[in-house]
Amino acid sequence: MAYHRITTTINGATDVVDVPSNMTLLQMLRDKLALTGTKNGCAAGECGACTVLFNGEAVNSCMVLAVEADGADIVTVEGLAHDSQLDPLQELFVSEGAVQCGFCIPGMLISARALLDRRPNPADHDIRDALSGNLCRCTGYVRIIKAVKEAAKRGHAEPA
Amino acid sequence: MLTAHPGLPEFDYIKPKTLAEASAFLAEHSKDARIFVGGTDVFVRMRDGFWKEKYLVDVKGLEGMKSVSFDPRAGLTIGAAVNMNQIAESAEVKAHYPLLAEAAHSVASFQLRSRATIAGNICNASPAGDTIGAGMVFGGSLSVHGVGGFRREPLDGFFLGPGRTQLQAGDVVTAVHLPLPPKGAAGKYIKLGRNNIGDLAIIGVTALGWRDGETPSGYRFRIALASVAPVPLVPVAAEKILAEKPITDAVIAEAANAAMEAATPIDDVRGSARYRKLMVRNLTKQAVAEVWGRIQ
Ligand SMILES: Cc1cc2nc3c(=O)[nH]c(=O)nc-3n(C[C@H](O)[C@H](O)[C@H](O)COP(=O)(O)OP(=O)(O)OC[C@H]3O[C@@H](n4cnc5c(N)ncnc54)[C@H](O)[C@@H]3O)c2cc1C
Ligand code: FES
Ligand code: FES
Repeated sequence: MAYHRITTTINGATDVVDVPSNMTLLQMLRDKLALTGTKNGCAAGECGACTVLFNGEAVNSCMVLAVEADGADIVTVEGLAHDSQLDPLQELFVSEGAVQCGFCIPGMLISARALLDRRPNPADHDIRDALSGNLCRCTGYVRIIKAVKEAAKRGHAEPA
Repeated sequence: MLTAHPGLPEFDYIKPKTLAEASAFLAEHSKDARIFVGGTDVFVRMRDGFWKEKYLVDVKGLEGMKSVSFDPRAGLTIGAAVNMNQIAESAEVKAHYPLLAEAAHSVASFQLRSRATIAGNICNASPAGDTIGAGMVFGGSLSVHGVGGFRREPLDGFFLGPGRTQLQAGDVVTAVHLPLPPKGAAGKYIKLGRNNIGDLAIIGVTALGWRDGETPSGYRFRIALASVAPVPLVPVAAEKILAEKPITDAVIAEAANAAMEAATPIDDVRGSARYRKLMVRNLTKQAVAEVWGRIQ
């Protein structure tokens, strides 16, 4: 099977990686680069635990080939914090008590980040719609949605 | 290493630089190469062992595949690599073909829609494909590049069976075209899923209606049904009733009954054949009544 040398930017740093044709982006992140924040829930596009930003868009990394990330800009949950400063979404997930076992949370955070980037002032139904591909077995979603709402408000309060 | 889920089987990833190269490669390896764009159907079928191709050919990068354009004289052209979110959010699609935006938005989740495409939905030829109905009621067609060059394939007659289409070895769909919508047309897509998100349709009803001075009823309707036959189904008898009889609630009910009669669904994990038939009747009635309410 063919291998491909790809150059990809992950959380701001450029990496050169050799990947086999059949490796998914999720496998590359977890197994080759030890970025295990991104979770493998179903490996079938159903659960959203593997969500990452691919050129700014939320995708299921289990449904993307690693080789397709050649030249792409990838952000995983490890890349949300900057200079030891958590993303407001991360802070609010904690303060709102939106996290239980935590397995779904990296995907939730990335989907929520993608939403706030494209729609800084989302309506409730926008939040539900944006997170509908992220399944959580623990929380019942109420506090997760509240945390995203609060983060959106805070985003508006702060100067850009 | 312990993995809870099987990975993808072995294959070689091929990324042709031109359409000619893509068509030549696909024709030469007709038995063991397959095109993909979003891969949301292909990867699942490969991983589950249904498909065993040696080569997966990524055609996303090819010329003209990534743009959506609307021409007020000719209609809409959707590049084959345009994803469902782009369609659901496109100002031009929402203005002129809101039915298509609605159908695209009904597919799976946001993350999946950043990869899934309308061309892939059509070429996959599942009778459950959510955007196929909109393509059909608008009278859509495909631009196809094959070994002999470009041609057009109308969606009418394109589907031969589940997963089977008019496409030949070497064919690459480059774009989906929708002609201008009829003046004053209104449409509705009703998807019956097991939940509100991310599930294939148990049944789906697409209806488009408009005023038409040439029919006895003064209106014309186009209807397409998902997940009720081996191919996306147009219930011609129902359309005929709505064109010929002055439209009343009773006539809409009669047309909905005709749609139910045309449906030949199967029992499966998502619903029984009987349930599907009854829901075709109920949801066709609902979709047509809503459209009629908007075009009178
Ligand atoms: C979790 C999940 C949920 C889903 N939910 C829905 C849903 O709600 N509704 C729905 O309709 N579908 C759903 N699907 C199915 C799938 O996402 C859609 O059919 C999608 O539109 C396929 O597009 P794609 O670009 O990913 O196709 P691909 O997987 O890339 O290709 C699909 C088929 O079309 C062929 N093909 C693709 N592009 C071309 C081309 N340019 N020329 C010729 N042949 C081509 C491929 O060879 C393959 O046979 C779901 C899938 C998953 C995994
Ligand atoms: S692991 Fe990718 S969607 Fe579940
Ligand atoms: S917190 Fe446990 S799955 Fe969401």
